[in-house]
Amino acid sequence: MNVLWLQSGGCGGCTMSLLCAESPDVLATLEGGGVSLLWHPSLSEASGPEVVAILESCIAGTTPLDVLCVEGALLRGPHGSGRFHVLAGTGRAMIDWVRALAARARHTVAVGTCAAFGGVTAAGCNPTDACGLQYDGNAAGGLLGAGYRSASGLPVINVAGCPTHPGWVLETLLALALDGIAAVDLDALGRPRFYADQLVHHGCSRNEFYEFKASAEKASDLGCMMEHMGCKGTQAHADCNVRPWNGAGSCTSGGYPCISCTEPGFEEPGHPFFETPKVGGIPIGLPTDMPKAWFVALAALSKSATPKRVRTNATADHPVVTPVIRKTGFK
Amino acid sequence: MSRRVLGPFNRVEGDLELSLDTEDGVVSAARVNSPLYRGFEQILEGKAPADAMVIVPRICGICSVSQSVAAATALADAMGVTPPPNGARATNLMLATENLADHLTHFYLFFMPDFARDAYAGAPWFASAEARFKAIRGAAAADVLPARAQFMHLLGTLAGKWPHTLSVQPGGSARAVSATERVRMVSLIRSFRAWLERHLFGDALEAISGIGSEAALWAWLDAKGPERGDFARFLAIARNLRLDRLGRCEGGERYLSHGNYVFEGERLFARGVWDGASASLLDFAHEDVTEDVSHAWMAGEGACHPLSGFTQPDIARESGYSWCKAPRWRGEVVQCGALSRQVVDAHPLARDLVAAGGGNVFSRVVGRLLEIARVVPEMERWALAIEPGERFCTEAGVPDSAQGVGLIEAARGALGHWVVIRKGRIQRYQIIAPTTWNFSPRDGRGTPGALEQALVGTPACESDEMPLAVQHVVRSFDPCMVCTVH
Ligand code: SF4
Ligand code: SF4
Repeated sequence: MNVLWLQSGGCGGCTMSLLCAESPDVLATLEGGGVSLLWHPSLSEASGPEVVAILESCIAGTTPLDVLCVEGALLRGPHGSGRFHVLAGTGRAMIDWVRALAARARHTVAVGTCAAFGGVTAAGCNPTDACGLQYDGNAAGGLLGAGYRSASGLPVINVAGCPTHPGWVLETLLALALDGIAAVDLDALGRPRFYADQLVHHGCSRNEFYEFKASAEKASDLGCMMEHMGCKGTQAHADCNVRPWNGAGSCTSGGYPCISCTEPGFEEPGHPFFETPKVGGIPIGLPTDMPKAWFVALAALSKSATPKRVRTNATADHPVVTPVIRKTGFK
Repeated sequence: MSRRVLGPFNRVEGDLELSLDTEDGVVSAARVNSPLYRGFEQILEGKAPADAMVIVPRICGICSVSQSVAAATALADAMGVTPPPNGARATNLMLATENLADHLTHFYLFFMPDFARDAYAGAPWFASAEARFKAIRGAAAADVLPARAQFMHLLGTLAGKWPHTLSVQPGGSARAVSATERVRMVSLIRSFRAWLERHLFGDALEAISGIGSEAALWAWLDAKGPERGDFARFLAIARNLRLDRLGRCEGGERYLSHGNYVFEGERLFARGVWDGASASLLDFAHEDVTEDVSHAWMAGEGACHPLSGFTQPDIARESGYSWCKAPRWRGEVVQCGALSRQVVDAHPLARDLVAAGGGNVFSRVVGRLLEIARVVPEMERWALAIEPGERFCTEAGVPDSAQGVGLIEAARGALGHWVVIRKGRIQRYQIIAPTTWNFSPRDGRGTPGALEQALVGTPACESDEMPLAVQHVVRSFDPCMVCTVH
């Protein structure tokens, strides 16, 4: 299966994240899965005119383009010209290259939130008129249009994440190489469901603090970060706390809140990232499937029942009260 | 004279295009263009200051921790806060992990594969270089990727994930390390050392950092020959191809280092500018820095200090040929990177190499590998010194009105962030990245940037569409174009 990988208006971080793949490493995984890279800007030997020849042969249909991977947002500015990103040596805007290649690709994969939805490149005043391949933030459309389907009949596969986890990318590519991905395997935003049908909150090491609404108040505290620190783990679709990052990590275990980087529009939450917006002391962004009244009632109850250990540890950076040792009485 | 445009360049981070004038088979003038603009400085305007910690790492996925540390340092300066010792140790460990992993990625995946290209098939060292360094297929990639990924577990623990962590904070680190994690990190560092000593150096790290002159370097190579390790393989190739004569920037024999790895007010690597012409170390003050827009697709006139500079694209600017501004120190071109850091820090080998042949393809690569050998033992010391149970982060508020400067070293060199806060919001944010220094376009006086000068004299025969010597020179700087233009 031939994969062509292009980088547009992003930071290259999704490629760098990919290089952190382990057991086996990224090149061994691709080779074992029958995936060959037609060209990847960081890994391939080919440079200059050799690269342009590869792209042109894909567009002409001479080289089968099984998967087009795009990393980074598509920059439409200034004034629709795409001149904020011209593919070096070609004088042609990257958005034109991507349009021409996407028309040929059997599958089109957005690697990371920039390519999927616009991402941080589209934040603030969006100086470059950045968007994703098939989304402009929350709105379907983007560079290729809401109606775009690759030759396989699928919309753009959005492997969202900022950066995206190496496992999310590799498992998507391996699935495409092995038996394909069907429409039912993608969620409503085009994300592979194998990682997007879960919440970051699942498996978070702070779940006990969450249960008792024992909350962190400042950076490095151990408590749940939902109430005061802006954590969106109860709303963000991803398996970050089940599938480790860099061997051992995740955002919430790294001491900071989930900012829901797999969601469209995460770059402009409408409030400072490290603050939880509240109305009448109740966070606005409640867990998606929980009625507000229940949340309020349960929070009041659980706060009144918080064990001293959980309450004390919530605002410390290491456990200061340890669990009690008690004979269970069972023989 | 003939002029041609080269691109796309691969195995550099981001987008790069060169416009070369050649005469008699050598480059007579070069213009460096970064054909990508994203506008982070504009994006940051009006945000809550702490939001910079979310946004700036996303300037660059290859040195995202460096961007975080620069922002945290600038905000800490504005807030008047100092991280506690554990916070400084954790920050240094994160920064060092990223910097060393960058050097490793550059050497194995970006730089060496060019010596395995068919154009070198006749060279005496080719068979060995091809087996070891061929892009994607070479044995070295299979060795280095797992070692690098395992080394990055340090960031899994300290940073939660890499790239784009939020554990780096102005007051220290949001991630306290437990006693067992400390032990585990020491073990990761030691295992990385073992890998380096086996594959990269074929010798103890201390033996490498103890090499005190160019003569001693060649004697070290000749003692056991090129098959002792990948560093030796590189040295043998460099000697054969005379890489020390390639990529010298004669008008930029000034080596800048902001200094790095701060602990209790001291820096492990010194700050300053080494002036090659007078062989003397000069003081660096950020007030001496300006950014010039005369050849960038940017609005504005002339040169400004970053605290008063702004970023406004202007694609219609006729004299513009890049999205990169031209930073200057006391009005002059300087170069930066691992070699500069080692020269400023007075490492005898680095000083000797620069005295002999200046910054060139050979000395820049040696500078990076030397730095790996010097920093790993320091990392082990920092990790061992962590005191579990003591604080990692100091809490502090952001003042309504303030300004701050954050000067640190990313793998590729001097990185500076300048922030102005008014009414509790970011009013101005300016960034000068290492590759902005090295790959700058011409300034108002028409003086070309460091790479533009370094390319002059490089062999580039007219029939060759992508001259390899040009590619070596470009990659010897380890450019990061996404940082350059942010
Ligand atoms: S910190 Fe976030 S992800 Fe973790 S338990 Fe609290 S709300 Fe859930
Ligand atoms: S925890 Fe949240 S912010 Fe962090 S990587 Fe996962 S989805 Fe993104």
